[in-house]
Amino acid sequence: MTVGSPERDTRDSRLTDSELQRQLAVTWGSAGGLWNALSNVDHKVIGRRYIVTAFVFLALGGVLSLAMRLQLSQPEARFIGPDRYNQIFTMHGTNMMFLFAVPVMEAMAVYLVPLMVGTRNIAFPRLNAFSYWMFLAGGILLWVAFAIDTGPDVGWFAYVPLAGPQYGTGKRADIWAQMITFTEISALAVSLELVVTILKQRAPGMALNRIPLFVWSILVTSFLVILAMPAIMIASTSLILDRLVGTHFFNPAEGGDVLLWQHLFWFFGHPEVYIIFLPAVGMVSTIIATFTQRPVFGYLAMVMALITTGVLAFGLWVHHMFVAGLPRLGASFFTASSMAIALPAGLQIFCWLATIWWGRPIFRTPFLFVLGFIFTFVIGGMTGVMVASVPFDTQVHDTYFVVAHFHYVLVGGALFPLLGAIYYWFPKFTGRMMSERLGKWVFGLIVLGFNLTFFPMHILGLQGMPRRIYTYQPEMPWGGLNMFISLSALILTTGFLLFFIDVIRSARHGKSAGANPWRASTLEWATPSPPPCYNFQRIPVVGDSTPVWTDCEVLTVASGLRVDRRELLITGVVDASPEARESSPDHSVWPFWTAIATALVLIWSIFTPWAVVWGAVPVATALTGWFWPKGKPEDES
Amino acid sequence: MKVVKLLLYLVLSGVAGCSGLQSALDVHGMPATHLKHLMTAFFWICAIVWLLVIVTLIYALVRSHTADASTQLDGPRTRIAVSGAVAATSVIITGLTIASFYTTRSIDTRMGDAITIAVKGEQWWWRVRYPNPDWVLEFETANEIHIPVGRDVRLQLESANVIHSFWVPSLAGKQDLVPGRSNTLLIRAERPGVYRGQCAEFCGLQHSHMGILVVAEDEASFSRWLASQRVVRSRTMDDEAAAGERVFLAKPCAACHTVRGTFATGISGPDLTHVGSRRTIGAGLLETTRGSLAAWIADPQTLKPGNNMPMVPLTSDELRQVSRYMDVLR
Repeated sequence: MTVGSPERDTRDSRLTDSELQRQLAVTWGSAGGLWNALSNVDHKVIGRRYIVTAFVFLALGGVLSLAMRLQLSQPEARFIGPDRYNQIFTMHGTNMMFLFAVPVMEAMAVYLVPLMVGTRNIAFPRLNAFSYWMFLAGGILLWVAFAIDTGPDVGWFAYVPLAGPQYGTGKRADIWAQMITFTEISALAVSLELVVTILKQRAPGMALNRIPLFVWSILVTSFLVILAMPAIMIASTSLILDRLVGTHFFNPAEGGDVLLWQHLFWFFGHPEVYIIFLPAVGMVSTIIATFTQRPVFGYLAMVMALITTGVLAFGLWVHHMFVAGLPRLGASFFTASSMAIALPAGLQIFCWLATIWWGRPIFRTPFLFVLGFIFTFVIGGMTGVMVASVPFDTQVHDTYFVVAHFHYVLVGGALFPLLGAIYYWFPKFTGRMMSERLGKWVFGLIVLGFNLTFFPMHILGLQGMPRRIYTYQPEMPWGGLNMFISLSALILTTGFLLFFIDVIRSARHGKSAGANPWRASTLEWATPSPPPCYNFQRIPVVGDSTPVWTDCEVLTVASGLRVDRRELLITGVVDASPEARESSPDHSVWPFWTAIATALVLIWSIFTPWAVVWGAVPVATALTGWFWPKGKPEDES
Repeated sequence: MKVVKLLLYLVLSGVAGCSGLQSALDVHGMPATHLKHLMTAFFWICAIVWLLVIVTLIYALVRSHTADASTQLDGPRTRIAVSGAVAATSVIITGLTIASFYTTRSIDTRMGDAITIAVKGEQWWWRVRYPNPDWVLEFETANEIHIPVGRDVRLQLESANVIHSFWVPSLAGKQDLVPGRSNTLLIRAERPGVYRGQCAEFCGLQHSHMGILVVAEDEASFSRWLASQRVVRSRTMDDEAAAGERVFLAKPCAACHTVRGTFATGISGPDLTHVGSRRTIGAGLLETTRGSLAAWIADPQTLKPGNNMPMVPLTSDELRQVSRYMDVLR
């Protein structure tokens, strides 16, 4: 590739549309083949891989839950022994939280945010590629360990001392802790990219008050990740040090403290819930706006609610420790703060209701999932208020009531919107529509199956059934409801099977979608479906918060970017006024090698601390390759 | 519909719970009763709020949407409605928070002297000690706590291994047993009865089989029970039991178990001095009968996989004798 000289006109201003498209495709595109696939740094390619991988983990986690439901369907069943069962529920939780829920939300953002803010690629695209490979490696580590019967068996929050060196023998807890490190690295990387993309790469004119609500939710979420993840990194690293090097952070016999683990874990663990939930809130706002054909009521209130939730998220962690024996005054404070989170959550619900009230609802599958979300999530919110109360919590903590509560919040509150979002953005991802007829079945089976499966768990919890038990005795009055739950889980499973069938079928044979099948208002719909590798032929200029509705025929665009190298428009944080043209890194296979080297160090360090020393060599080598100037036009500043 | 169903369930489970097993809805103790009142209040308030949201949603969906409502969205009426709803939410959560504070306070109110019982979480059973300043009167038992009706009992909760959680829902909320710390839990049974509980914090392989019974009885029966537990092992033994004791002492059993009055003084397993008088064996696993004792001794790993009791090979005669011995330790 020749270096473009400034004398030649390499800007997009004077090119015809077809010439412009040709040149942009050359600059931003990637040829086929495995090598190019490994080097690809297009946010859409990586986002798609992320989403597909995360859904594979969802399916695997779902299979685990079916295994648990089989074992619990009758008292003292012997389908699965305690050792395997403990691995299964630990895997289910770990997998769903760290390999599905958080990554899938970030994956949606990786794909959608650059399109929604009108730029050509995510910031730090190679870091983005690296983050995907790290995520994949962490997932493979966990599942391979499970397959060879060394899956973690200490619960997804791995309380010490059970996960410590004395009681968690073998390498199971180490694998859990190191898998955390993989997903941390990838989540932190993605969050940094998203923050920078949202703050510095928005289309000209997209001032802070014109950012789509989904993008706002991702911005808040990314800051939550950046602030919360260090706590779990400290926790999991200290755990590995305790286990491998013989430190005593969590050993009370040597002056350590077992509750330190819980504080560190939940200081991350509670914001984690909002890291999963806030993107879903953004999806709901997006879907409601489109299917009522009007902007969501109370834009400012919605944004403030997101930010308030994000701030409050860091003041709630102790409500996971209400029965650990903490001072009463502290516990009371956390009751009040936990209850207070109902305010921003309620505010958002009321704004959505107002929007639906004045809008003209269009009952398509994405909107149905939003209705299912409100129906289900509000129940989860109510039980959330219940467990926020210290005295109430002493009766339901660590019981099936809590199992029901967090499934209502996470499945009802995050997975339903996500499924709606998949139906909504699938045409953008693939250029094809999913089936509306199947979609209604999927919606019905999943929402019904979910409620039939999880609602009775509230009652089981109140009847005294603790969570994480691999079986129960026949004299306990839980057999009937458990059988009912296990049967209901089959309805839920059927819904998910139909969903996967619909996705696979529609990806090949779905009806062609066109650029904007839902008549939506945000920028991702202002480019063909699926979007070309360069996202937008010319960078759009935004005059309000619903640019596609306002300029439905011809979008105002900015020009002046070079086409012979990857170039982005950098804009101001507040008003998105154009500031600079900036090159965006080209495809590179080095993020892949760096991820392999890093994965090697992390897995090796499960066995010896020396891995950190010797493993630094391949990591440094790979990073050198990554940053070595390759004489491409992108290397010019 | 859903709410009606829930109510039905709550009522039904309340009735079913009268068997006195373990249920937060079937309450027989002071703290649990306060908690149930609080839970009932929470339930009704939350159910009504949920219903209001859903009714509003349904009405918003089905109301006839006039052709041009576009001017209404940001109108003052909507703003007032949304602000009003948020204000109502804050009133409700403030009320619920205050109710929670008062419940916590009333649970902690003591009536008179409290008896102290030390409970230690083991993997996977409960070590129960009745402390006494006079050490001869102090004794240890397992998996069964006897308390007098109507008196405050302070449970001192500790663990030397992993975290457990003591939970007998009919009497009180749960409290964790945290290594390196000492927690207390106040319980008071209002009626005689046998209340079941089990460990509520995941503690390893046999977390599922870590049950505990609280036997609440009147003052006289309680004193009788105390006296019976303080004495060393039963001396009235038939030949078979005596033979069983010899086997017990000759085999590895005595390394882990104590039978007061013999030289079996192991402490890693439960004290067996009065094992035959306890209602269950294996931490609530099986009802104590000679047959269940024999089954447990013959193959503890099948009945409770992963527990710390090894299978000690015995001949069938020895097994019969040891189980007889256990049975007479009342």
